[in-house]
Amino acid sequence: MRSIVSIILIGIIALGITLALIVIPFGEPRTEVGKYYIDKGIEDTGATNIVTSVVVNYRGFDTLGEVTILFIAAIGLGAVLATQKKRKLEKKVTPASLILYTGCRFLFPLILLFGAYIFIHGHLSPGGGFQGGAIIASAFVLIYLSCRGRRLPVALTKAIESLGGLVFIIVGLVGLSLGGYFLLNFLPKGVPNTLFSAGIIPIIYIAIGLKVGLELTGIIDNLVEESK
Amino acid sequence: MMIFIVTILVILMLIAAISACIFRDLLSAVIAACVVSLIAAVLFYLLQAPDVAMAEAAIGAALVTAVFVIAIIRTKRHEE
Repeated sequence: MRSIVSIILIGIIALGITLALIVIPFGEPRTEVGKYYIDKGIEDTGATNIVTSVVVNYRGFDTLGEVTILFIAAIGLGAVLATQKKRKLEKKVTPASLILYTGCRFLFPLILLFGAYIFIHGHLSPGGGFQGGAIIASAFVLIYLSCRGRRLPVALTKAIESLGGLVFIIVGLVGLSLGGYFLLNFLPKGVPNTLFSAGIIPIIYIAIGLKVGLELTGIIDNLVEESK
Repeated sequence: MMIFIVTILVILMLIAAISACIFRDLLSAVIAACVVSLIAAVLFYLLQAPDVAMAEAAIGAALVTAVFVIAIIRTKRHEE
């Protein structure tokens, strides 16, 4: 009975979404602002990747909010898990095989390098702080799942994470004091398509990349710690 | 040609999503959900949104799968 009711409800929701979306033509711009970003984005911000120029420059304050949400989520998870008693798992955990262990140790530095490349080149190529941070966290997940007992020093990760957040806010406040609004792009924009261009965007993306990467690693670390 | 590839990907995605719901072995269900995320990442890339594709592949396929696997390690592997 319950499953029939839920299927009917899902059908009604699907019908509603379909009816709402069918009137919108696919892939056509509905607002003028998108065209402005495409035309003037490189000129205004110096970032070749227009998504980055929107995320860090035009909508930089929203990004600060997103980073804060992730920070609060990580803290909340840590607080919930810290109140539980640390209990040992009854099941015996089998150690990873030699092939898995060697493969993970071989892949780990390469994935770290790729993540760092993604967030350092955030203003030139697709990707950015969040994507690079998630890739770095997935490298640490690989180590956590294959090499039992390896842990990151918690004090170091917390220090780097806090430093990342501080750099973001300090860069924003410097812009506020120099030009009158938060996250003003006060550094020279440079030549587009070179690594040292786009003013404050690379600095903020490096800070976000380290912060997000170590925050997600901290979430996984909390969960793994309990399961041992 | 393009629409052909996209159709195959969407059908594979639907199969993976439905099998994630009906598998009794929870590890298989998690892997099927991971396949859904991976195909979604490929579709985002084909729709010219490489930034979103990267985030979807890294978070949806790698990190969420890892969190579910850790949850399975802590609980039971098979649904009753």
